[in-house]
Amino acid sequence: MSDKLIFEHSRRGRRASAQAPLTPAVNDLPEKFLRRSPPLLPEVSELQTVRHYTRLSQKNFSIDTHFYPLGSCTMKYNPRACNQLAMLPGFLSRHPLGPESHGQGFMSCMYELQEMLKAVTGMKEVSLTPMAGAQGEFAGVAMIRAYHRSRNDKDRSEILVPDAAHGTNPATATMCGYSMREIPTGKNGDVDIEALKAVVGPQTAGIMLTNPSTVGVFDRGIQEMSRIVHSAGGLLYYDGANLNAILGKVAPGDMGFDVIHMNLHKTFSTPHGGGGPGSGAVGVGDRLKEFLPLPVVGKDGDRYRWLTEADFPKSIGRLSAFMGNAGVLLRAYVYMRLLGRDGMQRVSENAALGANYLMKKLQDAGFELAYPERRASHEFIVTLKKEKNELGVTAMDFAKCLLDHGYHAPTTYFPLLVPECLLIEPTESEAKEDLDGFVAAMIAIREQAKADPEIVKGAPYTMPVRRLDDVRAARHLDLRWQPGAQN
Amino acid sequence: MPFIPHTDDDVGKMLAEIGAESVEDLFDEIPGELRIKSLDRVPEAVSEMEIARLMQDRSRMDAGALNFIGAGAYEHHVPAAVWEIATRGEFYTAYTPYQAEASQGTLQLIYEYQTMMTGLTGMEVSNASLYDGASALAEACLMAVRANRASKSRRILVAGALHPMYRQVAEVICAAQEIEFIDLPFCPEGGHSASQALDEYSGEDLTAVIVQQPNFFGVLEEVDAISDWARAQKALTIAVVNPTSLALLTPPGEWGAHGADIVCGEGQPLGIPLSSGGPYFGFLTTRLALVRQMPGRLVGRTVDLDGKRGFTLTLQAREQHIRRSKATSNICTNQGLMVTAATIYMSLLGAEGLARVAATAHRRTGELCAALCDLPGVERVFNRPFFHEVVVRLDRPIAPLLDMLAEQGVFGGLDLTASHPQLGNALLLCATETKSEADIVRYRDLLAEIIGQERAA
Ligand SMILES: Cc1ncc(COP(=O)(O)O)c(C=O)c1O
Repeated sequence: MSDKLIFEHSRRGRRASAQAPLTPAVNDLPEKFLRRSPPLLPEVSELQTVRHYTRLSQKNFSIDTHFYPLGSCTMKYNPRACNQLAMLPGFLSRHPLGPESHGQGFMSCMYELQEMLKAVTGMKEVSLTPMAGAQGEFAGVAMIRAYHRSRNDKDRSEILVPDAAHGTNPATATMCGYSMREIPTGKNGDVDIEALKAVVGPQTAGIMLTNPSTVGVFDRGIQEMSRIVHSAGGLLYYDGANLNAILGKVAPGDMGFDVIHMNLHKTFSTPHGGGGPGSGAVGVGDRLKEFLPLPVVGKDGDRYRWLTEADFPKSIGRLSAFMGNAGVLLRAYVYMRLLGRDGMQRVSENAALGANYLMKKLQDAGFELAYPERRASHEFIVTLKKEKNELGVTAMDFAKCLLDHGYHAPTTYFPLLVPECLLIEPTESEAKEDLDGFVAAMIAIREQAKADPEIVKGAPYTMPVRRLDDVRAARHLDLRWQPGAQN
Repeated sequence: MPFIPHTDDDVGKMLAEIGAESVEDLFDEIPGELRIKSLDRVPEAVSEMEIARLMQDRSRMDAGALNFIGAGAYEHHVPAAVWEIATRGEFYTAYTPYQAEASQGTLQLIYEYQTMMTGLTGMEVSNASLYDGASALAEACLMAVRANRASKSRRILVAGALHPMYRQVAEVICAAQEIEFIDLPFCPEGGHSASQALDEYSGEDLTAVIVQQPNFFGVLEEVDAISDWARAQKALTIAVVNPTSLALLTPPGEWGAHGADIVCGEGQPLGIPLSSGGPYFGFLTTRLALVRQMPGRLVGRTVDLDGKRGFTLTLQAREQHIRRSKATSNICTNQGLMVTAATIYMSLLGAEGLARVAATAHRRTGELCAALCDLPGVERVFNRPFFHEVVVRLDRPIAPLLDMLAEQGVFGGLDLTASHPQLGNALLLCATETKSEADIVRYRDLLAEIIGQERAA
């Protein structure tokens, strides 16, 4: 397989001529505005481009090609229909500032999506504009801030975040002007309630919780936490990255949350696209309704219209130039319609079934669970402390070895509180035989490590590259190709 | 129910292995009173065939307009190969490339993308994308505050006509960081930022100056003078640019004597369909010296154990998953697939192709402007050079005209009456290479007819 960069296929004067207008590149702009030399872009034919990027794609693992049990990421099947129908020409060609009269088809989908999301989350209103989970978090905490300010309650300066939380939670608290205070997770995986009580107070603006949490268990203290934080005047934020575990079973609104974000690119199966785009739609309860980010789709009679600042004068405002990741939202809409009412619960039931089955099989095979007394939610943690101590192989070594066995690695080294952890999320769409295959691979790797740990530490062997030198990447920064550069 | 593979037999075996009686048992740690009672508001499932029919009907309702709106989202021809390749499952259904050895396709592509964006903007480093152009500007402002250690003021000047939504998004995202945005007026004749307005702030402590090229009105700014002025005040220059225009226009890296410091903008013109506003992608490029203040992911070239070239995410200590509350941004998921499409688009077009797109769009906009200004009561508002957007003023309210045009299937531009009342009945127009001479004639004739009817009435 060719390992060239697209620039290394370039020849001066070669081009994909069907792709540019035939008009010559002359213009009447004054000289002083014009660039003096052309930008560095490749000069390649259409076939070269197509072949190059097709071959690059073949160097990726993906859901379509491999089991991808990446914890916290919900790598479930992304139905092809969702993509095809979101890419219908009428949807693709619609300008975001086009008149409402020519957007009723799109807007009706968005309106119904808002309604379905309200129903499954138990929240009162939904805004679809945040463009990923982290932006949903931003919107949520900004609403919490707006709420306290609107009540002239300006001394609340802290957001509480469990130590197991995803990095976007503390980063968001900072972006929203709060200081972040960490709360420890107890031995059983639930948040340490006594520790929470000790730090809650008049300075508490709110708490950000993920439930089921990022250690893969449903936090049984949720109602008590809700009481503790609410009675101190703080609000509850729900990080919905793990909604797949409880879809159709429990609504965050009923757990006492005031605001939530959903990762539609997890629970509602829109693709991750090699790093995005996602969608972090937010839902709010009564307290925060008036602060929702805009726009939102409303309905007057049988006409859909954009709700704006005139409808929500206290809105925190806009987070994108238009309305967020519309095409992602269409995919989520199609997915939810395909699932329907009963399908929602079947997702969480089968996600839990797969996770608990895989957890039990790995435990039976002698792998240590981080929380052996607990049910898995849709994911669970294996800790390879023992393997590290006894055999000298790490979670990272297992991860790389799994690639050689044809499995994408689980999430490694997150959450940070469990040493040598693998956070494993099989999702509802993987068949039993694939789960069994994964267990067999884990056992085989451990056997290999017993026989010769160096082999495991040298993995992978069958990928396009062997283990990469990350330290060198950071020390000798090379972030772009330059003509004449050494290979 | 689609997408679940288990047979009844599988379920039975799996439950037996777990030691559970039923699937319900798996939820036994959840307090009973929290369980959802009913999901009546979610409709019953439909089949793929049924949802396909519904979506086709709905998409047809929105289809077929002849569009002359730009304002931050531009209709360009998207080569067929772009989305054929970008939606290959290996790109479409991969996660963020954390496991580098199993993600070399995406990682190499991002490295190529970073190279292309630094080339277009004339800068040294590019990140792997942000959400969209407006949020990229917000991140650029936050970055400027971190990067400009000489400035204490957190004051950012906005020169001239910045896209109003970008302005708003920057304000919202920076709201808790005590950043003060100061809007300078634009010149009523030229539409560009008036240099006297800048001079009023000479000698003051400023963190950055934002300038958009071409600006919201499509007008070209005196970017050399503005970036030199900013430099003299020890303020960073934040450039907001249209990537298509950079095939023709001076790249921000070459503005004035020193170039801009942070460059950002909307990547949508590079092969991304309009699709109601997203998903698009924001880009951000800068000087190497500022790389540690950059938000978002970065891909670096390195070697593997055998010394072979390979690519990996790098400088991750800037990011939330490592640095948590001290990260440069909370961004995690970005707009990866859009970058995949844009990289393929730029490869297909090349520098020459992109310059042809830009030049043709410029020419078509000039033709459209001339055609409309031939009509009675229509005049061009600004006298300065423009790229592919232009503002015209009419002698009557815009909204009813646009409604009548829309009834005939023409989106006649963006009404500026509410956002820029000082311009009167102003309309922002855009014609890209996708508009033929016949399209322009159609617009002009329709408008002539509507104006004529109104005169007669
Ligand atoms: C628990 C959790 N919270 C938040 C996020 C952030 O979501 P996003 O990457 O869409 O910004 C993620 C995913 O990466 C997550 O797993």
